[in-house]
Amino acid sequence: MEWLKTHRNDVILIAVLIALGGALLLWLGLTRQVGGVARVQIDGETVMELPLSQDARVELGEPGRGNLLIIENGTARVERADCPDQVCVRQGAVRYNGESIVCLPHKLIVSIEGGVENGVDGSTG
Amino acid sequence: MKASKVAQYGLLTALALVLSYLESLVPPLWVPGVKLGLPNLAIVFALYRLGWKDACVISLVRVVLVALLFGNGAALAYSAAGAALSLTLMGLLKRTGKFSSVGVSVAGGVAHNAGQILVAMAMLGTSRLAWYLPVLWISGTVAGVLIGIVSGILVKRVPEQK
Repeated sequence: MEWLKTHRNDVILIAVLIALGGALLLWLGLTRQVGGVARVQIDGETVMELPLSQDARVELGEPGRGNLLIIENGTARVERADCPDQVCVRQGAVRYNGESIVCLPHKLIVSIEGGVENGVDGSTG
Repeated sequence: MKASKVAQYGLLTALALVLSYLESLVPPLWVPGVKLGLPNLAIVFALYRLGWKDACVISLVRVVLVALLFGNGAALAYSAAGAALSLTLMGLLKRTGKFSSVGVSVAGGVAHNAGQILVAMAMLGTSRLAWYLPVLWISGTVAGVLIGIVSGILVKRVPEQK
């Protein structure tokens, strides 16, 4: 406790920084929005847009050089990738606007976008 | 420049370099960029023992050497921005005389991470990385406390070179 007294300014600085970091985290958490579609891009070209509201299993790429994309419960994830690094598989599921899964070896990008779902107004809070 | 100072420069630069290498061996945690900032031990020590300008020189040499040895151009830009922001803030805070090495190193840790993220965001032209900011902000604070405590002890215990 002696340390706290002699380092009062340090303690205040640490508390302020943690509070600011927490506030930033909270703000980002509150303003994020659940996305509407998963846009699939291969080699820079959009090959499909899958609504997150509809569960799906999609094989992408060629056999032996592809990825298995799963849409489930409003989230998108890559379940299998035929590449050594498995970065995209380990990343897990994405669901919020602006999130993306990237598989560099196959030049695949799955990104979550706002988008309006079929017949449903996507602009919910 | 006195020979003993040259020797201290060399030692601290080498130490910072070895600590950078050690840290690069630790596998990344759940978020890339969350790390202890071990090289900062040498930088904060230099800041207190030698002075601000000396710490800047050692940090600059470290950043360039690390980029040449283990990194690439992009990594150089990130870490140079982080180091510059960190040293500026640490120098200012130390000058006020109101903080110990802990407060100074905490500010340095946060500034280092924030600088890296801001440059990465500017270079990639995306705000997607904004998520990293609060996470790295807090991890920088925690790492800064630890580095500040240890380097404070070191500055006290390591005998002064004449």
